[in-house]
Amino acid sequence: MSRTAPAGADRAPVLALREVNKSFGSVRALRGVHLDLYAGETHALAGENGAGKSTLIKILAGVHTPDGGTVLLDGSPAVFHGPAAARDAGIAVIYQEPTLFGDLSIAENIFMGRQPRRFMGRIDHTAVREATAALMDRLGVDLHPDRAARGLSIADQQIVEIAKALSFDARVLIMDEPTAALTGSETARLFAVVEALRAEGAAVLFISHRLGEIFELCTRVTTLRDGRLVASESLAGLTEDDLVRRMVGRELGELYPKQETRTGEVALTVHRLTREGVFRDISFEVHKGEIVALAGLVGAGRSEVAQAVFGVDRPDAGEVRVAGKALRPGSPTAAMGAGLALVPEDRRQRGLVMEASIERNIGLTGLGSLGRGGLVRRAAERARAGDWGLKLRLKYDRLSDSVSVLSGGNQQKVVLAKWLATRPTVLIVDEPTRGIDVGTKAEVHRLLTSLAAEGLAILMVSSDLPEVLGMADRVLVMHEGRLVSEIPRDRADEETVMAAATGRAHQPAAPAGQLQPQPPEVPHPPGRPPGPQQSPGSQQPPEPGRPPGSQQPPGPEGSPGPKGGAA
Amino acid sequence: MNAPPATRAAAPEPPAGGPPVEGHREARRGPGRFLRWDAAVGALLVAAFLVGTGTTEGFSDTANLSAALNDTAEIALLALPMTLLVVAGQVDLSVASMLGLSSALAGALWDAGWTFETIVPVCLVVGLLGGLLNGWLVTRVGLPSLAVTIGTLTLYRGLASVVLGNKAVADFPETYARWASNTETVPGTFVPYPLALFAVLAVCAALALHCTGFGRALFAVGAQEDAAYFAGVRVKRLKLILFAVSGFVASFAGIVYTLRYGSARADNGLGLELTVVAAVLLGGIDFDGGKGTLGGAVAGVLLIGVLNNLLTLNDVSHEIQVIVTGALLIVSVLTPRAIAVLTARKHRRTAISEATDTALGKAP
Repeated sequence: MSRTAPAGADRAPVLALREVNKSFGSVRALRGVHLDLYAGETHALAGENGAGKSTLIKILAGVHTPDGGTVLLDGSPAVFHGPAAARDAGIAVIYQEPTLFGDLSIAENIFMGRQPRRFMGRIDHTAVREATAALMDRLGVDLHPDRAARGLSIADQQIVEIAKALSFDARVLIMDEPTAALTGSETARLFAVVEALRAEGAAVLFISHRLGEIFELCTRVTTLRDGRLVASESLAGLTEDDLVRRMVGRELGELYPKQETRTGEVALTVHRLTREGVFRDISFEVHKGEIVALAGLVGAGRSEVAQAVFGVDRPDAGEVRVAGKALRPGSPTAAMGAGLALVPEDRRQRGLVMEASIERNIGLTGLGSLGRGGLVRRAAERARAGDWGLKLRLKYDRLSDSVSVLSGGNQQKVVLAKWLATRPTVLIVDEPTRGIDVGTKAEVHRLLTSLAAEGLAILMVSSDLPEVLGMADRVLVMHEGRLVSEIPRDRADEETVMAAATGRAHQPAAPAGQLQPQPPEVPHPPGRPPGPQQSPGSQQPPEPGRPPGSQQPPGPEGSPGPKGGAA
Repeated sequence: MNAPPATRAAAPEPPAGGPPVEGHREARRGPGRFLRWDAAVGALLVAAFLVGTGTTEGFSDTANLSAALNDTAEIALLALPMTLLVVAGQVDLSVASMLGLSSALAGALWDAGWTFETIVPVCLVVGLLGGLLNGWLVTRVGLPSLAVTIGTLTLYRGLASVVLGNKAVADFPETYARWASNTETVPGTFVPYPLALFAVLAVCAALALHCTGFGRALFAVGAQEDAAYFAGVRVKRLKLILFAVSGFVASFAGIVYTLRYGSARADNGLGLELTVVAAVLLGGIDFDGGKGTLGGAVAGVLLIGVLNNLLTLNDVSHEIQVIVTGALLIVSVLTPRAIAVLTARKHRRTAISEATDTALGKAP
């Protein structure tokens, strides 16, 4: 993505904020904030959760009116009475979770409520369809106007939202964490679309927790901390560390504080686990003290494997053993009893009972152990929540507060607390840091590392590649429902993992030395890249009991050929 | 099951950047924190009692109070399992039909010359089986409880007619009939035996709901079933137990009803399920599940009982009584939400339009 030079300061900004204040009750969300957004620039808005980014966006979107200060539109003060006014002024906001009507087509969604009419007020479907097709052409994407919104990927839904914004002739595009749920290739396509819009002269305000994306896409950045403006500057001379320092206001230490740990015996064995149509023949082990990452694209079946291991979904074949003992399939209760814990991906639906209190949430996994004579002891319940809240440095007012008032990072801490309180031997975390701020993210990483050092076996599903590479002792890569690659820490880099995740890689997963007495050679597909450079001394210990078949690479197009040599 | 509709989310923004607050019930946070609905219903009950004593002659006589309490016996009994069900996000509309079936069965068997001591366990077993059928359809077949129990509402009432037809069976043994009537009360009090039994059961239900892991799990299932399941709660087993208990209690209430009126008929307790649901909702149990107290439900039951009694004493017709109950129900469902909306509006007028806009996809 090309970096354009910082927008000329001689032009007036399309949209600007001057000395903007905003309070909610006693909370001062924004204090004297400035922002300049120029046509033809992609501007990043950085800051931790709670820094005031959302409030700022909502002011620009006309959802909130500032308590003080002015919004300047093309240099003259403007007051937006509601989102419709902001939209009419050419400001469009794309939220993280698209808000389309599932049962309507793409075209109907885009022209909702303002369809071109024909005689007698009938909707001119042809015109709607053609206009939509033209928008899709302009965005350079291939989405049929008649497709129903339901069933579109999040990425495609965002494209539809952008198309809708375009149809309003939006000059300012505000994107609030649009990439949180996107895969690498979807993100790339989104960025291409954004870049095209920018080149046409739109001003883009981009929010992301992924610093890499900010550097990739944007030219300037405005950083907020605790509702105040820290800096508004060009990204050209900055490093990620600089940016983090501005956001956090202190040194974070190492971003991925990986401790070298000695791995112990096998804690979790997954053997040929299969769920029809979702994933097939998944075998791996996790040792005590080890962090194993399960990487791959969204939809590769990673979360589904995690859920089947924990018993939320019932597998069709295969088995899960915890410390050598077979686990009753399809029962989270049995999995808990065996020492498994799952921090699910969807914190708000599955991780927490949002309207319940912190203590009730943390207590939910210990209902059996909190009681005496069948009755729950309030003191024990409270102590459990208090203790774990302290250990995880949870920020809260009262333990009886509903978890819905906590920030995303603190909510995730509650989920972690509720599971760590069960004293698990195997912890499965699914996207443990999605949507939480940099500071808390580092805390979660430190926590996971120290837990591993204490002997916990951790299986981590993650789409955040730096996190995978920074945290994992081993990386398992899934592609289209199969385990296609296993990469030890010292050989894992972005390219290898992404190549395997997209089904392009065909290197043997195990260290070369282990394959020495090469069994009847598996025919390698043509065009196989040379095996990775591996210094002989840096091998991971061989994985005992791993069926060789599960390491076999798939065919060229990632088409799963018949498995050979599976034990 | 209860992702709150966005239009309801009308809450002050959390210290920015956090997730949107699930708005409804935010009233608990402002001044409304001190205004708990179940406490309000309790206060209303006391007020109704005082007004009744002041205005209506004979209301506070012990004989009348005994009668009033006894008239709510079945509603009260049915309200206990109903409260647990609604807290768990379920509902059992077949309770009154099960009451009728139990009554009809008792009548038919009595007619056939069975002893009353054998009839009671048979009826209870039938109630348990009926409840298990509801539970099985909800948990194993995966149908919504509202649909299932509307079906079994008809089914059980139909079975009742098959069992007893249009007949009415009377002349039940005097010892039992006296026990169920309000002429015989717990010595030294004006409390009739069915109500005394209800009091004991209510204490048990309150303990189960508010002081046990079972109760904690019920709230979690009602508020967010997925999260409860992911936390190892045996959701299906829990629901099955609830429906079984509900059927069991309904058949027991059927026996009480039969003895109290001294008449077994297939249409006994027709339409009573709605009064029970009304009482439970009036007591502040959220129909979406996950909220409420058993004390509130009991207050709701008693309030309906006292009001009906007062209206009867003042010669208000049954039709008007039904209207009053209905109006009260609507008010009870409406008020907490109205308070929530008003409180939120005071905090942030625009938060509402934001939520609405999000819900409408930012389209006009």
